[in-house]
Amino acid sequence: MQFFPAFLRDGSDCSDGARLKNGTRGSAAPALLLFLSLIVFVGITVYLFATGYYAPPPPITPVALQIDHQYALTLYATGAIFILAQLGLGFAVFRFRDRGKPAHFIRGHVGLEIAWTLATAAVFLGLGVLGTKAWSATRFQPAAAGAIQVEVTEEQFVYYFRYPGADGKFGRLDPALVSAPTGNPLGIDPNDPAGRDDIVVPTLTVPVNHPVDLLIRSQDVIHNFFVRELRLQQDAVPGMVVPLHFTPDRIGRYNIMCTQLCGMGHYQMHSFLNVVSEAEYQRFLAEAPKQ
Amino acid sequence: MSDSAIAEGAGIGAGATGSNGGGIAGYGNGRGDELGASQTPQRAYVTGMVIALSGIAMFFMALISAAVVRRGSPSGDWRPLAVSGWLARILWLNTLVLLGSSATMLQARSRARAGDEIGFRRWWIATSVLGLCFLAGQLLAWRQLVFAGLYLATNPSSSFFYLITAAHGVHLAGGIIALLVVAFHPARRMARGTAVEIASMYWHAMDAIWIFLFFFLLSGGR
Amino acid sequence: MSSSLHPVHAAPRAPSGFWRRYIFSTNHKVIGLQYYFLALVAVTVGIVLSLLMRFHLVWPRAHLPFISGGLMRPEQYLALMTMHGTIMVFFVLTTAPLGAFGNYFLPIQIGAPDMAFPRLNMMSFWLTLLAFACMLSAFFVQGGAPISGWTAYPPLSGLGSITGPGEGMGQTMWIVSIGIFCFASLLASINFISTTIEMRAPGMHLMRMPLTVWAWFVTAVMSLLSFGVLLAALIMLMLDRSAGTSFFIPYGLVVNGELQAGRSGGWPLLWEHLFWFFGHPEVYIAILPGMGVTSHIISNFSRKPVFGYRAMAGTLCAIGFLGFLLWGHHMFVSGMNPYSSLAFSALTLSIGVPSAVKTFNWLGTMWGGKIHFDTPMLFSIGFVSFFVTGGLSGIFLAQPALDNMLHATYYVVAHFHLVMAVAAIFGIFSATYYWFPKMFGRMMNETLGKLHFWLTFVGAYCIFMPMHFVGLYGGIRRYADWTGADYLAALRPLHMFMTIAAFATAAAQLIFFYNFFKSLASGAKAPEDPWRGTTLEWATASPPPVDNFAGDYPHVFRGPYEYSVPGAPDDYTPQHLSPSEVAGAAEGDGNV
Repeated sequence: MQFFPAFLRDGSDCSDGARLKNGTRGSAAPALLLFLSLIVFVGITVYLFATGYYAPPPPITPVALQIDHQYALTLYATGAIFILAQLGLGFAVFRFRDRGKPAHFIRGHVGLEIAWTLATAAVFLGLGVLGTKAWSATRFQPAAAGAIQVEVTEEQFVYYFRYPGADGKFGRLDPALVSAPTGNPLGIDPNDPAGRDDIVVPTLTVPVNHPVDLLIRSQDVIHNFFVRELRLQQDAVPGMVVPLHFTPDRIGRYNIMCTQLCGMGHYQMHSFLNVVSEAEYQRFLAEAPKQ
Repeated sequence: MSDSAIAEGAGIGAGATGSNGGGIAGYGNGRGDELGASQTPQRAYVTGMVIALSGIAMFFMALISAAVVRRGSPSGDWRPLAVSGWLARILWLNTLVLLGSSATMLQARSRARAGDEIGFRRWWIATSVLGLCFLAGQLLAWRQLVFAGLYLATNPSSSFFYLITAAHGVHLAGGIIALLVVAFHPARRMARGTAVEIASMYWHAMDAIWIFLFFFLLSGGR
Repeated sequence: MSSSLHPVHAAPRAPSGFWRRYIFSTNHKVIGLQYYFLALVAVTVGIVLSLLMRFHLVWPRAHLPFISGGLMRPEQYLALMTMHGTIMVFFVLTTAPLGAFGNYFLPIQIGAPDMAFPRLNMMSFWLTLLAFACMLSAFFVQGGAPISGWTAYPPLSGLGSITGPGEGMGQTMWIVSIGIFCFASLLASINFISTTIEMRAPGMHLMRMPLTVWAWFVTAVMSLLSFGVLLAALIMLMLDRSAGTSFFIPYGLVVNGELQAGRSGGWPLLWEHLFWFFGHPEVYIAILPGMGVTSHIISNFSRKPVFGYRAMAGTLCAIGFLGFLLWGHHMFVSGMNPYSSLAFSALTLSIGVPSAVKTFNWLGTMWGGKIHFDTPMLFSIGFVSFFVTGGLSGIFLAQPALDNMLHATYYVVAHFHLVMAVAAIFGIFSATYYWFPKMFGRMMNETLGKLHFWLTFVGAYCIFMPMHFVGLYGGIRRYADWTGADYLAALRPLHMFMTIAAFATAAAQLIFFYNFFKSLASGAKAPEDPWRGTTLEWATASPPPVDNFAGDYPHVFRGPYEYSVPGAPDDYTPQHLSPSEVAGAAEGDGNV
């Protein structure tokens, strides 16, 4: 029964797969179309990645620059593989379309298998080894001595940044004392003298060229602290305090984003990192309201 | 879409069953063993049970590793549930009961091998009864914990105690049901011998898992 | 005591009656089709959800008539996103490749009359259907569907509705649904593994099994070892939510101004470890069958053996094994020990090696071949292309240094959609076009098939390639819209492009649906072996009889991919033909 109109019928009602036997399906059109579309696809993709289409803003720390270098290296390596594999695929389907000759019977080639297994392993693991430097710089080594410590408290859907103040010590926190409406969103214990000079503000202000050590914590669910220009992020996990350090080398105002789904206000959870001059920073410390 | 299309699609409408006591060319593990006229070779049930036990083992491993991780957790609030005194006594007794049930099961199988159907049934039922005693003992242990003020949510170690013993208990209860089914319900595709074999595998595995869990709970935090 | 020699009852007769034949059937072919149609319904729901999401991302203030109040609220977006991910990962990608095609074709390809445990098989399907019903019910309970993503991290998912709408009954239904799904999967994997081990036809050695069988086998083993862990995690999460335990909830949380006093010392990262220990094998469960199908189809349509059959079988096993060791790459920035990140990174990069080897072998299979571009082959070629693209973006994410800037951005969304939403789905499409004639006895329309392929191939790249750039620029995932920070506004043109591509590509899938159902009703009659394939499913009628081979069970004499063997009478030598039958065909009229 022919349901489809004539222009859609394509002889697929032949029995016994005679069409495959006769090689009538090996026309050049689909092969050429596949090859050309893969060429176009590779071309557009390589062009966009190579020209930094929608690239992130410039890095503002030496480690971020290291990360960018590692990204570029990975891009070159994977880019080369991408071009070879996709164009290889396109070429293979075009070159080996059915042109009437029988296929070349071969079960495999052990030498080739070993070769490309080792080559791939070398490239991938090599990239991994090269990337450990940037990772260890941010995570294995503690912050430099004299780093400014700022405690970051995240909760649905705001950031709080607490500075220890002149005494250099953070006041004790007690979750039972948390009360944002009465001006104590972190639950600083009023009986702890160390907390009297703590500064709690909604944005993060730090001086340029000075190491900063963040102590990231969460009040309720898992959040995150991400600054594009730092090329750094860290989840804020309730019950844990996770350190994150960096040394910004450019003055400016940068977005702090929450990347870990934290509820309905996740997309609005947002703050600012202000990297300012040393003088400006001292002014900020002096003028900020104390607890 | 018509019924006949679905019928044809399912291959139901056409064709004979093709299997009538020996009509099927032997199949099994690819080595050409002839395994008789059943659709599923009896050995497959044993394989299936081994596979099932592996999956169950992963489940218990997840609970145990969660407990281990929790013990070492940075929050440092693990107050070990001391399995000592009356609690240890109940649990030790339960363990002996369960070990005893494995022994009665071995005896049941030996009676079956000797052709003693009455004996088999007696020892088999005894196994299920001992299993029920074990479960009763576990409930007794829970009751004592409650009297001591330790509930499911009291502290992390009590949570894991209840969770781990409950998980094992549920699996054992399933095993008891299986034992009773084997004893009283005639097998169809599965030969009775196969059913006995896989039920015992499961039972001994539950016993072994309990030994492991028991020593884990005994060591609770020391 | 050996029980295998006890005489047992003869095989049951074919069931009669509508209910026993089509609804409560224990026949693996019926069950396979039931899974397939469940997956079709699920994928339709999942696509609709994603279209609503993409629409909202570009027109967040648009008035939607079917929402009370007219505007989609952010929590509704998050509910759509959670359900989209959950339904697609579980009810499409874990169901169709293994449950549908595996169930239908595993027994046939190994020459067995059915799965080892047919009633267990039936139970697996009905539990899966029950799980799906529970999942859909989450939309209709008070508070709506959950908003915590398919990953359901506590405490967001562990405290009930105080953390957000949908986190009450909706999250509970989600947990119940996935819990039931875990059972169903465990039962199914017992069946697959036992059948493959115990029910192969004489001559079907392990190294003569089609790669599809290898893939289903490894997938079932992964399934067996991972779903139990998820079940344990779900039980603990449910206890945290309803029994006041603190497996994952630490002390001192203040949610919405309320101190959660009864909790103490739980650790959210414990959930992450348990979930991803399951979650990573899960994504390989989604793609491995597609890899098997791709090998199978490329060989068939290139008229050449699979290049490096042993390597292909070995890499399936390697991926299955390694897949259990690298779950931590989802947790590089989670606060996990940074040293373990290096170990996870090394393991993640090394799983790229067998994946690359498979890609080279697919190219090697085509190389020197005699390629025919029927629709199944087109989709398998597409699989290779998308797998390469998606896999390579994984190389970036596998390095924790780069993950620092790419984690939870759209770069990750691009990566997993390319491999799961496109490559794995292409595997399902190519299997559908390839096996439709066998399952339904009818041919699908080739022209519509090719049109479907081209529109989907171009459309899918248009949808998912821009996501890499959105992520690089700092576009964060799971954002309901772009008003949170100023710089996000610059991404709007990319989002617009992707939304248009998404609607167009979704529309193109209607061609597939039309082709599928019309061919079912009135496609041309299919011969026994329309693609001139060598494996056992092509040695029986289309569709196969109830016991697959009408009593005439095959013996296997050679490997599964004997195409274009020099000196053979035809360019394919089926597995089930004895050497004398092959020789006889050489002298005969060529019909086998």
